[in-house]
Amino acid sequence: MNMMEVKGVTKKFGTFTALNGIDLEVNKGEVYGFIGPNGAGKSTTIRVLLGIIQATSGSAKIFGKDVWKDAVDIHRKVAYVPGDVHLWENLSGGEIIDTFLTFRGGINKEKRDQLIERFQLDPRKKAGTYSKGNRQKVALIAAFASNADLFILDEPTSGLDPLMEQHFQQCVKEVKSEGKSVLLSSHILSEVEKLCDRVGIIRQGEMIETGTLEELRHLTRTNMVIETVESAISLKEHRGVHQFNEQSGVYTFQVDPEELGHVMQLVGNLGVKRMESTPPTLEDLFMRHYQMEKE
Amino acid sequence: MLFHQLPLLLKFHFRQNWLASIIWMISIVGMTVLVAGSFNGLFGSEAERNTMAQTLENPVMVAMVGPVYGIDNYTTGAMMANQMLLFTAIVLCLMSIFMMIKLTRKQEEEGKYELIRSLPVGRLASLSSAGILVAFVNLLIGVVTTVSLIILNVEGMDVTGSLMYGVILTISGWMFAAITAVITQLTETSRAALGLSITVLLVAYLIRAIGDVSSEIVSLFSPLGLILRAEVYVENYWWPVFVAMMMTLILSLLAFYLHNRRDLGSSLLPARLGRKEASKLLLSPFGLLLRLQRVAIVAWLVAMFVLGASYGSVLGDLESFFADNDMLQQMLGEHPDYTLTEQFMTMLMVIIAIFATIPMVLLFLKIRAEEKKERNDHLLTTGISRYQLMSYYLTISLLVGVISLVIAIYGLWVAGAAVMDDPIPFTNFLKAGMSYLPAMLIILALANLLFAFLPKWTSFIWGYLVFSFFTVYLGGMLDIPNWLASLSSFHYIPQIPVEEFTWIPLIVLLIISIVVLVISQIGYRNRDEIG
Repeated sequence: MNMMEVKGVTKKFGTFTALNGIDLEVNKGEVYGFIGPNGAGKSTTIRVLLGIIQATSGSAKIFGKDVWKDAVDIHRKVAYVPGDVHLWENLSGGEIIDTFLTFRGGINKEKRDQLIERFQLDPRKKAGTYSKGNRQKVALIAAFASNADLFILDEPTSGLDPLMEQHFQQCVKEVKSEGKSVLLSSHILSEVEKLCDRVGIIRQGEMIETGTLEELRHLTRTNMVIETVESAISLKEHRGVHQFNEQSGVYTFQVDPEELGHVMQLVGNLGVKRMESTPPTLEDLFMRHYQMEKE
Repeated sequence: MLFHQLPLLLKFHFRQNWLASIIWMISIVGMTVLVAGSFNGLFGSEAERNTMAQTLENPVMVAMVGPVYGIDNYTTGAMMANQMLLFTAIVLCLMSIFMMIKLTRKQEEEGKYELIRSLPVGRLASLSSAGILVAFVNLLIGVVTTVSLIILNVEGMDVTGSLMYGVILTISGWMFAAITAVITQLTETSRAALGLSITVLLVAYLIRAIGDVSSEIVSLFSPLGLILRAEVYVENYWWPVFVAMMMTLILSLLAFYLHNRRDLGSSLLPARLGRKEASKLLLSPFGLLLRLQRVAIVAWLVAMFVLGASYGSVLGDLESFFADNDMLQQMLGEHPDYTLTEQFMTMLMVIIAIFATIPMVLLFLKIRAEEKKERNDHLLTTGISRYQLMSYYLTISLLVGVISLVIAIYGLWVAGAAVMDDPIPFTNFLKAGMSYLPAMLIILALANLLFAFLPKWTSFIWGYLVFSFFTVYLGGMLDIPNWLASLSSFHYIPQIPVEEFTWIPLIVLLIISIVVLVISQIGYRNRDEIG
């Protein structure tokens, strides 16, 4: 079942096209990673999805309802964590969490206190004295303590330390196991790799790649490290081999998927002493798109 | 090495603040010059000034503006210092508080100060630079005020007095710059520093008010009471200036001492902790918005009462006051059938209604401020609709607007009844005042309209309010053409008791307001949130 379905959403600010025909789908029980460089349109997409701004054209639905027209209805079952959390300076963290939870439908004190404990937030401090990370914790606790069915998280861990990031990942896994869906926009690719079932890459307002990580990997080069008896320098000029490097007899390079078999044959002939192959990381995928952009 | 790189920092701070400083200077000096100039025309004769002096000797007025000096020879200068010096000094104090906090605790809170401190600069260089800059702006305002007053050359305002006037302004600003410098060492957030500094200013004002009415010794414990003892344009005593200088010096040294001892980002007073859980009030959107504006609402209601009471306190002396002054009579217009008090009342009502519009519009415009800070998003993504959000703000602003008007009228009546031989019944006051509600509502509706369709231009509503104020306030004197005056919604309200009361204009204004409010709701529903 589709929790979220976006088709051909375009958003223009005056003459500037911020989003150009975005397609996106998040299924029930799925964690969807939404990645892309700064200014690519991640936050704009999320603001459209939340009905804070209106799409110029295209259709965007959450729970089968229109995100603009039925915003209020949808929001009863949606929890949102913005990337830059602005809070009311003179209210305490605890007060803000309770307020948000009540607006979303009620406070589950046990869940709330457990999350406050887990994220080690002092709920009595005024929001004006919180650091960026602590403000994010307030929003995260208010989100995960709610009974939302869909979590929309816009770079939620940019201010958290590694330990807190782990707690965050645990929270995402828990809501996933309860059959809830998550849209996670992030810069931290290792985090997306760990958590997400499917990934979409956005660049300059367009979705350029989307699919499961496995699917994306098939489209991408494999990293190879080899040590051979004979010199492997001849591989450097071979079709489908990239970023070829040699250091004291150890060769590192990347191979396009379609040439992989062919290259393996050649390597076999050189007398293999050591061979490691690693699947491309998300970072490789991401960097390849950057490089394509440059070219 | 504590002050290493001070000149460079000073240049850096100056570049960030020169525009604000110039705006402060022009407004403060401009206000002083305008009033000094107008006094010449308004109170040209000794008889006119003496009536004014008698009015000002009333304890309510003494509590508000300070004691009357030089009553035997009440020159224009003496009157100027009596009416204007305290308030102008308070404006400089406020400026010093704002600037000082912006340059110190605010920078520290935002992490900018940390960046500066990581560079090879002295530990006290930044605080010194902030202090020097604020002191310099205060000095500049004092000097320019003195020079302007001397050039203006109003009769009764001698050079020594004008020099003293400027000196007192500067030293007042310095004292509060130093007080704020100490306070910013004590509190953890700039918000708390601002709150505490303003509280100190308020307490200083209150101690002075109590002292001025009862015993002079008490006044001397307040920096504001101290400066008035210079008796500017009358005796021009220098001793209060020296005492103030000493105080500034001691407080500055204390601020440096504390700043040098404490860690960056820390404070000597622990930040006050909030509640662990939200109270019942916060659990509804309306309650949340009410809580966010709590301080502003209370402050405005108190201010409105004081405004009403201060106008009321002069009602008793009105007849003799106006009888002597042709210019004020001209401002009121010609209605021989009514007493001057009654005519003055009609004008008072418009002014009070316009003042009551300020909190009304201000509390509504909070919605735009929240939008800019992206905090409306929190509410709009937790099941609250645009219609609801706007209605909550509208309800609060309407309620506070009406209460402001009533409370100001009540203040007017209470103070008036105390000083008048033949008090006017409260209901008469109330009826005259309440008839301005539709005119106020029009302004609020226009603010809604701007917010819904031209959110970036919302603050232009203040221009319309100021325009209304001037057409009403100066309309009689300046012969403003009728078409121009009729652009103000206040123009259409019948001025009871001088004019006959009629419902028609009120109902028309009311209908227009409602239509505009409905259109605004639809407009806001259909636009993007613009941060």
